Order: sequence, then structure tokens, then C-alpha cells
Amino acid sequence: MASTTENPKYKVIGTRPIRHDGVDKVTGRAKYGSDIHPTGMIYGVLVRSPHAHAKLKSVDTSAAAKLPGVRAVVTHKDLREPGNTILELGEGAVNLKHLSNNCLAGDKVLYRGHPIAAVAADSIHIAEEAAALIKVEYELLPPVMDIREAMKPGAPLLHDDVFTDELGTKSTTASNVARHFRFEQGDLEAGFKNAAHIVEREFTTATVHQGYIEPHNATALYTADGHITVWTSTQGIFTTRQQVAELLDVAISKVKVVPMEIGGGFGGKIRVYLEPVAAALSRKSGLPVQLVMSRADVFESTGPTPGSYMKIKLGVDASGKLVAGEAYIAFEAGGYPGSPVGAAAMCVFSCYEIPNAKVDGFDVCVNRPQTSAYRAPGATQAAFAVETLVDELCEKLKLDPLEFRLKNAVKEGSRRVDGPVYPRIGMIETLDAAKNSEHWKTPLTGKHQGRGVATGFWFNAGLKSAASATVNPDGSVVLLEGSTDIGGSRAGLAMQLAETLGIPAEQIVPRVVDTDSIGYTDVTGGSRVTFATGHAAYQVGLEIQRQCCLRAAKIWEVEPATVSYQEGTIVGPAGKQFTFKELAAQITKTGEAIVAYAAVDPHGCGGAFATHVVDVEVDVDTGKVTVLRSTLVQDVGTAIHPAYVEGQMQGGVAQGIGWALNEEYFYDASGTMRNASFLDYRMPTSYDLPLLDTIIVEVPNPGHPFGVRGVGEVPIVPPPAALANAIYHATGVRMQTLPMSPPAVLKAILAKAAASNGKH
Amino acid sequence: MAKKRVVETEINGRKTEFLCEPRQTLLEVLRNQLDLTGTKEGCSNGNCGACTVLMDGRPVDSCLVLAVEACGAKLQTIEGVSPTSGLNELQQAFLQNAALQCGICTPGFIMSATALLAENPDPTEHDIRFYLAGNLCRCTGYDKIIRAVLDAARVGKGLKKEAAKTQAAAS
Repeated sequence: MASTTENPKYKVIGTRPIRHDGVDKVTGRAKYGSDIHPTGMIYGVLVRSPHAHAKLKSVDTSAAAKLPGVRAVVTHKDLREPGNTILELGEGAVNLKHLSNNCLAGDKVLYRGHPIAAVAADSIHIAEEAAALIKVEYELLPPVMDIREAMKPGAPLLHDDVFTDELGTKSTTASNVARHFRFEQGDLEAGFKNAAHIVEREFTTATVHQGYIEPHNATALYTADGHITVWTSTQGIFTTRQQVAELLDVAISKVKVVPMEIGGGFGGKIRVYLEPVAAALSRKSGLPVQLVMSRADVFESTGPTPGSYMKIKLGVDASGKLVAGEAYIAFEAGGYPGSPVGAAAMCVFSCYEIPNAKVDGFDVCVNRPQTSAYRAPGATQAAFAVETLVDELCEKLKLDPLEFRLKNAVKEGSRRVDGPVYPRIGMIETLDAAKNSEHWKTPLTGKHQGRGVATGFWFNAGLKSAASATVNPDGSVVLLEGSTDIGGSRAGLAMQLAETLGIPAEQIVPRVVDTDSIGYTDVTGGSRVTFATGHAAYQVGLEIQRQCCLRAAKIWEVEPATVSYQEGTIVGPAGKQFTFKELAAQITKTGEAIVAYAAVDPHGCGGAFATHVVDVEVDVDTGKVTVLRSTLVQDVGTAIHPAYVEGQMQGGVAQGIGWALNEEYFYDASGTMRNASFLDYRMPTSYDLPLLDTIIVEVPNPGHPFGVRGVGEVPIVPPPAALANAIYHATGVRMQTLPMSPPAVLKAILAKAAASNGKH
Repeated sequence: MAKKRVVETEINGRKTEFLCEPRQTLLEVLRNQLDLTGTKEGCSNGNCGACTVLMDGRPVDSCLVLAVEACGAKLQTIEGVSPTSGLNELQQAFLQNAALQCGICTPGFIMSATALLAENPDPTEHDIRFYLAGNLCRCTGYDKIIRAVLDAARVGKGLKKEAAKTQAAAS
């Protein structure tokens, strides 16, 4: 593809080289988690609860253990349960008691699919037969599936040791509400008093899954010297190491986590599920053990991101300035506390200057799998509510939705409701670009067609990363890093090192290495890798520059201060110079190797904004919504590899469209998920989507040497709201629930028709 | 447990005999016995297409085929699509168009697209979307995959025209 840069400031940044791991991935040679088969490996299966809520009276594994070919059986007793202690994992923390019980349940099961025991055997089929022989006695308890039900006094309790953290004070009675917190600014009452228009609506969104195509997997080997090697596809090798060490009760130095290629994660492959269990089975059997989830297991016991109940109120003055906002946001935590409701509360009003605001957040346990992050966790639900209300206000005020947003947009210096003041951000630039887009300027003409627009925000993250590099005699540079590559980050990091050194991207050999081979690196999450690990790659580049200059000075026998590094050339006095490649060829002949190392914990990650413009056509007889055209405009700071930036934007939009129009967990009254397959949990196929247009806006982040902001998460945020607005403009129906599936849209259309018939 | 069976097949042009239990799927045997792990497992019930292989030229979900059913069949997997050196036009087009992110669905897409282009060398965007609807991708939103297949078709046609011209010139 284009080897000329699309960014005149740089030589490598802004080009579209073939990704470094590309050939392995199109030839089937790339090794994902379940592709590894260490010698002597056996297979494991988990026994999972068929009930959503029950006490475990007994677990009898004796018959299973006796089946020929069975090598090990483990239960909760084989994991350490350290009580209610909190383990910090960089991005987020876990309660070890909950983690341990979520991997293998102790005294209670809290959702259907909750693992209880595991068997490892010579073949997967023997393991399955053995799993069926494990006898579990349950004392059934009534499940509570709905947030608002779970919050009521007298609701079935999931935990007898979860007490509401009520605005910072621990309550004394057990509750499903783990936490209630509040953000406030200004004078809410006065704000609403000054409003010319107020809208207030309730919203609900369904539980959805990240939907990565690769199921969770773990392969572990416990050796006689007490070392554990874990091969797994995870978003965080170091956090996996930490969690495995805690649950197996071994020193962290005894655990090595080897990153396998990861077949999608989107936030759902941060928490451990299988790794400690595989390690426990290996400790008992002395053999390498592989566990791979079935697709139903993935749906029933991992991932999902919370369903929500939200009530939001917005007030605007006669000039169209937002004056007050109030939000009540309750999120499903699932079986254990810890939903991303905090992020939702910080994001809910994050796009606008609202002088008077109050946000209440609630983290609520229900009998569903423990919820996880999913691409801008919490922001999408909140944006669905606020951005559809904004559309309603625009209609009342007869204001163009982009003009309204421009008038109220946050900019450098604006304060977010939870406190932080924005540095340089690009919300306004995305709105301007949307306004000037060909899409926005092209009117819709068809019947039952409508256009919607919405904006979204995501913080992005910094956190810790390490990188090291060594120069080869042929002028190539091996770059080692610890950020598992979920969607092309090797290329983005290699390009930043290449830019720093002034050499082609192809000269860099990027490798993601295991926990014994690189310094601590936080998870691949929070859109942080290109930002933070990129920062480390840049630092490594500067160090290589420095060492190259020293070496050249030594070769030329000149003062080091007279040598400088200029865009891939080492320049000395009196016209002396080496290209990087020439110097590289001299390194081993003239001294020690050139090796550089950097560990960073950068602050100054820049927040990201994206504006989505979408056209739909609604079949008013069936309620089916067809997406006709989609344009996502996003401020990415600086696009390192524009093709993979577009890819992140398109992927986020596609997931947002799925969340908006189809995806949901169907639970029956007993708490059984009725659609735990890709057939029934319907994610968008190629046939459901149009081409997904992107407009990259670049407002460089002053907190990064190349202006990177982080790209991956914000594109999922605006689509559900934009689609709801488009559906309204196509049909006159305001949707306040997700998904806006054909039955839901049809019901709303029929209700509206009935209401207007009633008026006549 | 039923007795193991001997299955004779041809995989990627190589005569292959393997021993399997009647209950084993073709996917399980490919991955766990023959070490052809390029074929991926995504759902094991025929909904995601990650395990697509060609069986006598026809795309099948190998998780829905019993290994014994492959007796006498010619199989092609992702490991068998490249020319002796380099990549074929679909593989190249996927790389040039950045049509993969995590890459787990890529082998299945390349196998399905191979079957599509064999059936229909000049597909429209609509044809491609329809034919590939059985292959799920969660990362890309399909945009770049569709463009890659369109590109590969263009190149493929070009190659065929070239070959025809050379043949005509030679005769």
C-alpha cells in the first residue's frame, strides 16, 4: 500500500506498511492460545452450575477421579482463598475472594455457568465423561436477574458480606447494591430553574457480550521445581501472572506467562478464568493441561458488559446552552461487585459544559456472570441516554444537532463533572469535520429514512509499559515489548521506533515476549498501548541514538559532543557521517552490543472524542432497521498507521451497531440464558453492514512525543445513540431501550400509531 | 467407545492417513492430531466460520464434519493455499488492505473467499457480503475484508488475462 506518509510532519508515521505479524496471520502459522500443544499435554473440562443461584451442599468428585484416563480433579479447595483482600492490577483491582470463587465456586453459585470443579484427562472426551460423573448437590435459591428488582429491600441476596458503600460510608446490612457514589458540581436546583426546556427520560440497556471469536483458553505446566508456565491469550500477561500466583499461592517469580496471539478481547480478556484452574490441574497431574471454553461457556460465564437502568434529566436555556444535568445510573455488576459504572458516571456529561450537575452511580449484583470491561466500558450506555436526550432538546429548540453540540462542546479548560479539567482535546474539531463531510451535506430522500448524529468520549489510559531493543549488524532493530497485540499494535510501536531512528518500519522486528523477558507492562486496555508502550518505544529510540553517537565518536576518535543523530544518519565533524545501517555493521567490530531499555509510566494521555453520523431505513411493517450509510469522525491525536486506525474506528462502529440493533442476553425466569450461541446472540455479519466510512481528525496530544491519543475504544460509544436518533427521524419513534431490535422498534411504532389513532 | 477408524484423505495435496474415533470432528483431528492449527475453533457449532476448510472444493465448517466423513475427500486448509514461495492474491490483498486485526477469523475468511472466487471470479460487493455472511469477524466491521476480496478478484482476473495472453502469443 501507500508508502508515502499521509502526515507531512513525519517520514514513517502516517504510512501504511504491511504489519509485521501479517504473513503469519494469513498463512495460519500464528499461534493463538489453543494452538499450542506441549509434549504430553492433556485436556480439561469444567463442571458448571446449571442453576443461577444456589448453595453448594456437596461436591463429590470420587467417581470422576476413578474413571480410566482421568489425571486430576480440582475444586475450590485447590485454589487459595485469601478473603476479602484487594489486588491492584494497574487498570482496576480485584477482590481475591471473589476472583477465587469466580474461578471455582466455594459455597455458592451465583450464575448459570459458574464453574464448580474441573477434570483433566487423556482426551477431551474422557474429561467430558468424567465431568458428567461429578455429583453436585444444590440448595436452590431464587435468582434475581433485574437491576431494579435486585435493589429493592427484600430481594434475594447474592452475598451476605457485601454491604453498600453509601457515599463513602459502609452500611451495616448486607445488600445487592455494592456501591452508591455521587459526583456534583454547581447548584443543580438553580440550574434547572434557569432552564427554558427540561427533558427527563428513563433508559434501559441489555447485557451484551464482547463477542471475540476466540474462546477463552489456558494451557499450564507445573514442573517439579515449583515453576508454573502459562500459555494463554490474554490482554495482560503481568496481571495474569499476578492473579495466578495469588490463587495458586506461589511467589510471583515462579509464574511465567507466555503471551499467545489473542483472538480478540475488547476488555473481556483481562480477568482470569481458566489460567489458575489449568495451573491447579497441572500441579495435581504433573502434566501440561489445556482448557478451552465452549462458545456457550464464553457467553454464560465470561465477559458480558452490564445491562443498565438510567434516568437522565437535562435542562437548556432559551439560547440553547445546557444549564443543568442530573443522572441516575445503575449498572449490573453480575455475580460479584465491580461493574464499570464509575466510568459511566464520569462519561455521562463528558461532552458538554454543564455548569450544574449531579450524577449518582450504583453497582448492583444480579445472578448473571460477573461483568467485564467492553471497549470504553460504561461510556456507551451513558451516551445512549444523554445523546438521545440532546437530540430531543435540539428538536424542541429547532437547532441543528451539530450546531447545538458545537455551542455546548467541552474544550481545553472545561471541567468534567467528576473534577478533571480537560487539556487540549478535539471534540469541536470532530463536530466541524462532521459538518463539512460529504455525508452530512447529502440529503436523504427515501421514505422511512432518517439520519442521526451523536458524540462520545473516552478517557484513554497511560499506565506502565516497558520496551527494550537491540541493533543487529544488518541495520535492523529487534523491539521487545510486553503489550499483547490485539489488533496491529506491533506495527504501531515499530513505526514509532522507526520514526525516532529515521529508518524504515520494515527494519524493526517487533516481538511480544513473556513475563520473564521484559519489564512490567500493564494490560492491553484503555486504548493505552500505542500511547504508553509507544512512549517506551520512543524512549528506546532516543537511547539507541545516544549509543550510536558514542560509538561513532569512538570510531572517529572525536569528542562525543561533536556527534549528533539526524534522521537516520550519525553526523560528526569535518563531514564525517554514517548511515544507521553503516554504523550497525560496525557495532560488533568496535565494542559491545547496542542495547536500549525503557520503562515508562506516562501521564498526559489525551481524551478522545468521536462523532457518528448514520443513515437508516426502517421497515415499518417489521421494525427492521437497515444501516444505509455510516461515517465516524474521530480525533485520534496522531494516526500512526492510518489503516489500523480506520480499522479500530470501523470495528468499534460495527460493535456499536450490533449493540444498538440486535445484541442482548435473553434470560428466562430461572436465570438460564436462552441464546448462548452465535446463532441466537446475533452479532453483525458482513451482510448486515454497509461500508463504514471514517474521517480521521488529528489534534495532536501534547502529552505524547508524536501526539498519540489512543484510538481503540471511543468509536463504540456514539453509534447506539446515533442510531436511536436516526430511527426517530425515520419514524417519529423515540427509542429508550437497547437493543432496538425489530420487535422492539415495531412495538414502539405500533404504540405510537395506536396513540395517535386514539386522539382522533 | 467405538473402535478407531483409519481415514484416507488428501490434505493440501498430500496423501494423509489418520486414525480417529468416530465421534471426533474433522476440526479436532486437523488441530489436535495433524497439528494443522491454522484452522481455528470459534464456536464448534457452525455459526462463526472460523474453522472453514475446503472439502472437494466446497467450503465446510470443519466443526460440523466428522473426521470419518473426510474419507476419500480432498481437503484444503489455510496451510495449503500459498504458492511454493510467497502468498496468493487473497493473502496479499488481506495484508495490503489491513483486512485483519486480531486475525483469528482470517483463515476462515480466506478459505471462504477462495471458494467464492472459484465460483464467481468477478463478485460485486453485495455478492461478497452475501457469500461471506457465514464468517464472523468482530474486529474489523468487514469493510476492509470486503475491499480485500474485491482487490483479490481484480488481481486474479488480471492474472488470468495475462495467462491467456501469454498462451495466445505462444500458440
